Amino acid sequence: MNIAGLIVMCVGLFFLGVSSVGLFRLPGFFARVHAVSKSETLGIALVLGGLMIHGGVSLVSLKLALIVVFVAIANPVAAHLLTRAAVRTGILPVSRSSAFAFRSNAPPANPNDTARGK
Amino acid sequence: MNEFTICASVVVFITGTLFWRIVRGPRVYNRLLATGAVGTNAIALLALTGFIFERPEMFVDLALTYALLNFIGTVAAAKYLENHPDEVDRTAETP
Repeated sequence: MNIAGLIVMCVGLFFLGVSSVGLFRLPGFFARVHAVSKSETLGIALVLGGLMIHGGVSLVSLKLALIVVFVAIANPVAAHLLTRAAVRTGILPVSRSSAFAFRSNAPPANPNDTARGK
Repeated sequence: MNEFTICASVVVFITGTLFWRIVRGPRVYNRLLATGAVGTNAIALLALTGFIFERPEMFVDLALTYALLNFIGTVAAAKYLENHPDEVDRTAETP
């Protein structure tokens, strides 16, 4: 029981790390939302699920399950609201030519987006 | 030094890398997104802290409350920015 909970927790930590790397590396706001909203939800669900497996059937496990259910509802809703506000206030996605312009001398095709951060 | 301490250390390291996006994020939306991710990591960190100190019945309540407050804060900031487009800085380089 202990080892199973630990394995599930380590998988959850992997997904939390994936969301962090996505937020660090991806170009543009919408790609970052894509990275955070899904992997973060799955990662925290797996971490708390590992704690539930470790703790057994108790009131603490019920509250952890409530946290998982609430985060699974609230995290995509928050990401959707942020993205909707970004779209309605005029944030444009990074176009293909600028997202893949790794050379610093490549001119940006669209004046609204330039090459990714140096 | 049990296994929960190691997992909590990994969560703290992952959360620390998110602060780069909060500091540098070209606009307010990237900062809000990274702040929400830090809050979500803090829920896991609170639950792990309860198991480290062997008092999970108290820290789980704190984690539940933190989840509620994190969601409300993100929704309030997003609705405010949606209704006040002048607050958004459009002159930053990368979106």
